[in-house]
Amino acid sequence: MLDKALKGSPRYWGWVVILLGLIGAGFGFYLYQFSEGLKITGMSRDVSWGFYIGQLTYFVGVAASGVMVVLPYYLHDYKAFGRITVLGEFLAVASIIMCGLFVMVDLGNLPRMLNIIIYPNPTSILFWDMIVLNVYMLLNLVIGWNVLSAEKKGMPYAGWVKVLVYISIPWAFSIHTVTAFLYAGLPGRHYWLTAIMAARFLSSAFCSGPALLILLCLIVRKFTRFDPGKEQIHTLGSIVTYAMILNVFFFALELFTAFYSQIPGHMHPIVYLFAGLEGHSRLVPWMWTAAFFAFVALLLLIIPATRRKIDVLAVACVCVVIATWIDKGLGLVIGGFVPNAFDRVFEYWPTFPEIMISVGVWATGFFVLTILYKVATSVKEEVAV
Amino acid sequence: MAMDRRDFLKIAGLTALLGIGGKTGFELLAPGAAEAALKDIPLTAGKKWGMALDVLLLDEEVMDACVEACHNHNNVPHIGNPKEEIKWIWKETYDHAFPGQENEYLAEAFKKKNFLLLCNHCTNPPCCRVCPTKATWKREDGIVMMDMHRCIGCRFCMAACPYGARSFNWGDPRKAPKELNPDFPTNREFPMRSMGVVEKCTFCAERLAKGLFPACVEAAAKVKPNALIFGDLDDPQSEVRGALRKRYSIRRKPELGTGPNIFYMI
Repeated sequence: MLDKALKGSPRYWGWVVILLGLIGAGFGFYLYQFSEGLKITGMSRDVSWGFYIGQLTYFVGVAASGVMVVLPYYLHDYKAFGRITVLGEFLAVASIIMCGLFVMVDLGNLPRMLNIIIYPNPTSILFWDMIVLNVYMLLNLVIGWNVLSAEKKGMPYAGWVKVLVYISIPWAFSIHTVTAFLYAGLPGRHYWLTAIMAARFLSSAFCSGPALLILLCLIVRKFTRFDPGKEQIHTLGSIVTYAMILNVFFFALELFTAFYSQIPGHMHPIVYLFAGLEGHSRLVPWMWTAAFFAFVALLLLIIPATRRKIDVLAVACVCVVIATWIDKGLGLVIGGFVPNAFDRVFEYWPTFPEIMISVGVWATGFFVLTILYKVATSVKEEVAV
Repeated sequence: MAMDRRDFLKIAGLTALLGIGGKTGFELLAPGAAEAALKDIPLTAGKKWGMALDVLLLDEEVMDACVEACHNHNNVPHIGNPKEEIKWIWKETYDHAFPGQENEYLAEAFKKKNFLLLCNHCTNPPCCRVCPTKATWKREDGIVMMDMHRCIGCRFCMAACPYGARSFNWGDPRKAPKELNPDFPTNREFPMRSMGVVEKCTFCAERLAKGLFPACVEAAAKVKPNALIFGDLDDPQSEVRGALRKRYSIRRKPELGTGPNIFYMI
């Protein structure tokens, strides 16, 4: 089936070449980081994780959200999603590849990476995160590929694939729960030390992922002869709506606990993010941008008349993606480190090389996504004829 | 350091054994026998190393001497950039050393006074819990040890440590500015590390193994005896336990349940 990726229009090849160029540029900047050390990033002894780990967290969410098309189809027999489960699964695969790369570029000593396997520490959540993410990627790749090739041959997929599907459903919840546990169990990091962290992660995943999937479906509809379907997009729109409401509600719960209790440790990171602390306010415009887009998204999603218009739904999805990306990809990680363990404020902002390395990783993810989607849509076009 | 008759006899016996037998005698011993014998030497036999700092004796001179001795012994360079600074032991004011404990009516003497901070060698260390490669772990003698040659540089331990006691090599320590580090490396017997790994205070474990006090304790004793009292918190007869019985002491963030083993006698 992979041969489908080798036959494409000039526009397809143009896009592939652009992605390869960005991957190359990102790799070049990574070589610079590899020789000079992580000092070329904006991270410091006070904010010791930054953009990379934020992206890891965001894309684990996108990966987990694949379950939002898989679950209704396989558990509730919602037939309409049968057309697009493979798109959800392949999006999950591409996302996990980005997650793995973001962890790798964040490591101070990449050549020693296998120490995680050679000297595993079962009390380390990072060890478990590595396991659940890798297994989830394999599950989705194997399931998506087998279901697709069965479809190509016009045969039902094998029984063991269904077993893997049933495993992959709780597994999707596990990857984002475990990723939330990376943060939620650390003493002294008040912004992260919250029992609702995993629930917040899942809710933000289940709105941002399907929102991205809707946008991808619209792109697929525009550029290929395969139509993911109107009903499918509308159902995804409802999922995005519920999840976004929950996501904002959960964040409001955090605000209540922090500001009604008036405990300084709980309030300070939120004050830093939304109002600035001790004269430092780098993230304030970003967080208010996120709040604005979250508000607009909720408005457009909750009102049925706007949600039902595909174009408006697309705008709402863009708003959801922006709001959740700022919240999780920037605010979450930085807010955990500001103020620091000494109640001092040191700010973080990514540097140009750091952004370029991230662009390289994103491009790699989109390259994998392009290839997988090319294969999927070509098969679906062929079957339709 | 007080030594009773029993300890003296053990050391004398061991010295004689090693001295007479030399290398051959050493090798003839059953595996682990020499190590077992060494365990009876006081400074190598602690079960729970800890430290009490006498805040009233800790003036700038003592603290600076401690920092310098530590960083010289452990090859910690001056980076010259506060964002990348590596600190094993350092000075910090009361409101930042004990955040949440400050109040506006605090005694004048404490308002501007610096405290000496270092790894707390916690009884229940979160850093060891989160390390994915066991590059940092809790030794049987209580030291939170760090293997800079296994560390992959994920910095999970830095996120987990509530005391800011861990430092990352953002760049290559060998490339630290020459004008700030004319004699670097300051201790050729101590290993260098590569960039991209985390490091921290080890209570000078390799000095303890030789029966020597940590570098900071030794340096403090030269300036002001008893400012830093190091010893075995498991031993009721130890000097540190005696000091803690007599004086009121506080610890950093005890409410987090990490069980810090550095005590500040105020």
